[in-house]
Amino acid sequence: MTFNKHIANHIRDIPKSGIREFFDIVAQEKEVISLGVGEPDFDTPWHIREAAIYSLEHGRTHYTSNLGLPELRASICKYVQKHFHVGYDPRTEVIITVGVSEAIDLALRAVLNPGDEVLYHEPCYVSYSPSVVMAHGKAVAVPTRAEDQFRLTAEALAAHITPRSKVLMLNFPCNPTGATQTRAELEKIARLCIDHDLIVLTDEIYSELTYDNAEHVSIASLPGMRERCVFLHGFSKAFAMTGWRIGYACAPGWLTDAMMKIHQYAILCANTTSQDAAIEALEHGAHGVDSMRREYEHRRNYIVRAFNDLGLSCHKPVGAFYIFPNISSTGLTSREFSLGLLEKKKVACVPGPAFGASGEGFVRCCYATSLDQIKVAMDRIGEFVAESKK
Amino acid sequence: MDPLIALLRQNARTSTADLARELNLSESEVLDRLAKLESDGVILGYQAVVDSQKVSGSIVTAVVEVKITPERGGGFDRLAERIAKFSEVQSCYLMSGGYDLLVILEGANLQEIATFIAEKLSTIKGVISTATRFRLKTYKENGVSLTREIKAERLAVTP
Repeated sequence: MTFNKHIANHIRDIPKSGIREFFDIVAQEKEVISLGVGEPDFDTPWHIREAAIYSLEHGRTHYTSNLGLPELRASICKYVQKHFHVGYDPRTEVIITVGVSEAIDLALRAVLNPGDEVLYHEPCYVSYSPSVVMAHGKAVAVPTRAEDQFRLTAEALAAHITPRSKVLMLNFPCNPTGATQTRAELEKIARLCIDHDLIVLTDEIYSELTYDNAEHVSIASLPGMRERCVFLHGFSKAFAMTGWRIGYACAPGWLTDAMMKIHQYAILCANTTSQDAAIEALEHGAHGVDSMRREYEHRRNYIVRAFNDLGLSCHKPVGAFYIFPNISSTGLTSREFSLGLLEKKKVACVPGPAFGASGEGFVRCCYATSLDQIKVAMDRIGEFVAESKK
Repeated sequence: MDPLIALLRQNARTSTADLARELNLSESEVLDRLAKLESDGVILGYQAVVDSQKVSGSIVTAVVEVKITPERGGGFDRLAERIAKFSEVQSCYLMSGGYDLLVILEGANLQEIATFIAEKLSTIKGVISTATRFRLKTYKENGVSLTREIKAERLAVTP
């Protein structure tokens, strides 16, 4: 007997996560070197963990205000002003959430009417399209291309805008491609958003992990954009705090108010211990971020060169901690490559199509793994590529 | 800090090939820069970080706070350099605060260090006083923690 008829149609129709499926396959193997993770290998810096212990020791175990601790909101506004050059009012324009994932859900539910179209660049983070569907919107993927280093171009975006377009979701630096946007390209995109009255959700979770001294530009900082942007950020990547589930959204008061309506009933408030830890991260965490970034940058240099040396072309991403090499020269599909590599060489990476159809021909490899592990993984990938060409 | 130095401070045995890949340089560029750092006296040596409690033939370590009389013209330098010459002295620093030199000594046993301080260090003209403290246990050495933390598990595949 199946109860599927009791499941809401729009939830039933969401396809199973490609990443979840692959996780189940990897979980059956032993002694795997994984380049399949989406989180830092560093544990949260000790001073941040210690601040959480202090918070618990002092009995800070109660609800906070719905929007989040006022001190944390003040710290966030200071941080966003300093690093992203956008000013927000800590009393009315910031909401502390359970990771950026919750913030995306709040923002989409707050603005979408059924059938409204949400544009997003693809390959992209796995939750974007389902989140849109769960909010009764229509997800519209805008493919990006390896020859553009997976940047979103204004031309590609313009070609997908319709009268029903309401929201644009951006994620730069990008998971899974590591792509970043230049100021010039963002300005063209901003112009389109203003012309077509789009709301922009800009997920900048990887912004601290920008390499080669490149400038990270937030679209929210461009003229005319603050009023139509939801700036999304959190602590997971830069401060190695994935398990703390803590993020935030900054948006104009009218939009924060609407998001708040959902947050207060669905979540009430973000975890108090995590909020206290987050204050410590923002106030004293810069040094730790810098040293982790340097480490990632060295690994990126290593792994990009190693892939290109194997004849698998791979652009050198300027952000995040992923590379997205093209594996089509092996004659295998992304899935065949990932399964074969796992089965024969015990190295896990994620097939590109898990991040959208335009990811075919690519795999995502995460270099948030020790360099020693990366070296062994690259040796094994080299063997695998040589054997598949025979 | 020079990223090359930062990498070597983490692991001095990293091969030049790996250093080149990590720093996006050629191997010959890495070798040239290493040679220059060594000849300029920036890199003074390459040593293993050892848990001395596990080394057979135990080593005793003491820190000695030394007060000395500065000299006209040379300040503390001449005396400090003289003290540093002894092979028992592992490190020697001029300090701010209540004493002048912090001297770290290594010896085969307590007696050897006591003898060195009584017969050599304290008898040098210009040394006013010494205060000696012996190391009992090491928790962290050169940035390396000796208590092995169990690495928290990560899921193998995550979004």
